[in-house]
Amino acid sequence: MKPFSELIDALVFMPSRNGKIRLLTDYFAHVPDPDRGWALAALTESLVFREAKPAAIRQLAATRVDPELFALSHDFVGDLAETVALIWPERPERANSQPPSITEVVEALQAAKRGQVMELVEGWLDTLDSSGRFALLKLITGSLRVGVSARLAKTALATWGGRDPNEIEECWHGLTPPYLDLFAWLEGRAERPAAGHGAGFRPLMLSQALEEEDMPALNPDDYSAEWKWDGIRVQLVAKGGERRIYSRTGDDVSGAFPDLTDHMVFDAVLDGELLVAREGEVAPFNDLQQRLNRKAVTARMLQDYPAWVRLYDILFDGEEDLRGLPLTERRARLERWYEAVRPRRMDLSEIVPFAGWEELKALREGARENAIEGLMLKRRDSLYVAGRPKGPWFKWKRGALTLDTVMMYAQRGHGKRSSFYSDYTFGVWRDGEGGQELVPVGKAYSGFTDAELAELDRWVRNHTVRKYGPVREVSAGLVLEVAFDSVHPSTRHKSGLAMRFPRVHRIRWDKPAAEADRLETVRRMVVG
Amino acid sequence: MKAIQKQRPSDWIKVLPDGLFVEPGGFYVDPLRPVERAVITHGHSDHARPGHARVLGTPGTLAIMRQRLGEGAGAAQQALEYGETIRIGEVTVRLVPAGHVLGSAQVVMEHGGSRVVVSGDYKRRADPTCAPFEPVTCDVFVTEATFGLPVFRHPPDLGEVRKLLHSMALFPERSHVVGVYALGKCQRLICLLRQAGYDRPIYLHGALESICDLYRRFGIDLGETRPATVAAKDQLKGALVLGTPAAIADRWGRRLTDPVVAMASGWMRVRQRARQRGVELPLVISDHADWDELVRTLDEVAAPEVWVTHGREEALVHHCAGRGIKAKALALIGFEEDEA
Repeated sequence: MKPFSELIDALVFMPSRNGKIRLLTDYFAHVPDPDRGWALAALTESLVFREAKPAAIRQLAATRVDPELFALSHDFVGDLAETVALIWPERPERANSQPPSITEVVEALQAAKRGQVMELVEGWLDTLDSSGRFALLKLITGSLRVGVSARLAKTALATWGGRDPNEIEECWHGLTPPYLDLFAWLEGRAERPAAGHGAGFRPLMLSQALEEEDMPALNPDDYSAEWKWDGIRVQLVAKGGERRIYSRTGDDVSGAFPDLTDHMVFDAVLDGELLVAREGEVAPFNDLQQRLNRKAVTARMLQDYPAWVRLYDILFDGEEDLRGLPLTERRARLERWYEAVRPRRMDLSEIVPFAGWEELKALREGARENAIEGLMLKRRDSLYVAGRPKGPWFKWKRGALTLDTVMMYAQRGHGKRSSFYSDYTFGVWRDGEGGQELVPVGKAYSGFTDAELAELDRWVRNHTVRKYGPVREVSAGLVLEVAFDSVHPSTRHKSGLAMRFPRVHRIRWDKPAAEADRLETVRRMVVG
Repeated sequence: MKAIQKQRPSDWIKVLPDGLFVEPGGFYVDPLRPVERAVITHGHSDHARPGHARVLGTPGTLAIMRQRLGEGAGAAQQALEYGETIRIGEVTVRLVPAGHVLGSAQVVMEHGGSRVVVSGDYKRRADPTCAPFEPVTCDVFVTEATFGLPVFRHPPDLGEVRKLLHSMALFPERSHVVGVYALGKCQRLICLLRQAGYDRPIYLHGALESICDLYRRFGIDLGETRPATVAAKDQLKGALVLGTPAAIADRWGRRLTDPVVAMASGWMRVRQRARQRGVELPLVISDHADWDELVRTLDEVAAPEVWVTHGREEALVHHCAGRGIKAKALALIGFEEDEA
């Protein structure tokens, strides 16, 4: 556990991406199999231990620490694993109980019978130091939060092995921890593992944001335009009877969308936007949100929020890899494929014809349909390449809307912002029974710098009127100018409205709260 | 004959908007705003504020106030050595070491048959730059609770200093910049480094120099220090540089080539706090008592009643309730906890 906990600690404190890659490459180079493979599995969130749930860990801590003190500590620290790691009573060193290795931990947990897990964990916590306890708890709860994405871990792995990260992505889905074949290949001891059998994920091609000053340099004739739909970018893979839906980052979300996988009766890899649509009419993102992050899908949900995919691109038709063809040819293949297969619950993303940038700009401004985020510009000759190359694809979002709102509640953040009040619920004025009152319209936790966060945190602490656990109610005194992409009717919020992508645009220290916007103004912004 | 009624401390010590007021003595302890008469526990700016008419403190604290506040250090200053007793109005006052920084004192007050100790900020472990904390039994103990949660358990100082020296050996070409509070932490860290055998010159940000000079005048040996601001960039390669937390977070720290950014503070115990501050090498060195030390101190002073001034007061009040100690939070605002 020692090398792993040292790695986790170092990663937590390493601010730079390159520094993190250096720490990871160093770890992969010096730690033997299978320990390094299990660490990689932890970093890519490929390990799941069903019984090691936060509630069980909290319960275990309660056997050693006063529950009230534990709750206060947890609220302050903001992270369960860290709280337990710090608060767990130190035991005098015992010569005969060695801390376990990461492999011992993983193997013991995998072999453990129901009900034995927490007993094992308790024993390990007693032999580890505070760093070791932290790493252990992070490992078993399956979410490290050390500022390393699965992609960064793979990039480090590729750097160490002298390969392209996308080569690893290509075969990743065919691999299982502790990845002995992968390490063997990267050390030049074996061939590259076969690309994921059947329904593996292929890394997506992503776009750059279009800056207005880039436009004059671009020739409109080189680009074709499509609407940018406000859903979730997905990859549909149907191969040899296997059907998978992957998110942009390669997470398998198939389980939540049986209404789509049921109709994936074809052999292809497609790129598209996951939406909720009723009879071809795209519903606001809020509706799609009802379907996301669900483990179980009810019949009711399938009926109320039917899933739909708007197809952008085709990567494989049967065994044929089309990624090396230019966009125009891929589009022709996509249309042909669509005509032949006629898949249910899917349609083609429409091509938006335009003569020049001015015309396109007008189209973009005119598009106020809820589910349209803006436009996509794709070079007609662009090949389908993994990653986010600059030039071939641009996203051109429509301008954001803004409102002056009043901060109402603040909540402590997580990760790097734990112990700072960084999540703000904001509201606007309406006529209440006893005069003007604030009604919440949204929540924002981004759009400010670390320095501004420190100021906001101080403001919250000095203007708290009530505390509810980690949430503080503040006096109506600070105006937050929030930006958002659109606003929709919603039954989940008191105001009857929900915002899409709200973020703090400016902190209006200067503006009196009474001059913030009113609910009627927000209602007028609802479109569609 | 009727027995003399013992006066309850809450009858003669009050929390007013200006701070903690000792009525029968007509003075405040660490007042938040300028007052007629102030007793100051120690020189940190949130306790020693400018503009009081008459100020009482230890010679160390008064010297620090003169250094930092100049004209604002008090129209009339009165020094009281540790252990000496003085009568102010109807209150007997004595200053006892608090072990926090040079000159820091607990204010021991007796009136109407009861004894109240206002501890100011304090710590319990050895500090070569100041006199160690002395527990005084009392009826009411007024305590801080900066680290009043059981997650705060400061590791041994020397281990933390070794962590720093180890990193310097590992990256000999990188300068190591350590964020330290200008008063106390800076000088204590230098002494700890000297104890651990580090005898090279230590470079100081300008904001740290004057207090280091003051410590030297009080007989604290800090070894050789040099101003960092005028040092050539090359000289700072592999060197140890101390700066205020604000300075290291700012451009000042960034002008060094690829520095290892460290911070010496009790908050560094919480990883995500350290991360928030962009600290690569957190050093858990604090001038405040940790949880175990707060709890031990309450046991030693054996006060049946505890008032908590600032910090994580809820947890300490809860702890007291479990021990049958009457406890309350004073809700004093204005005490900072940023660089503890």
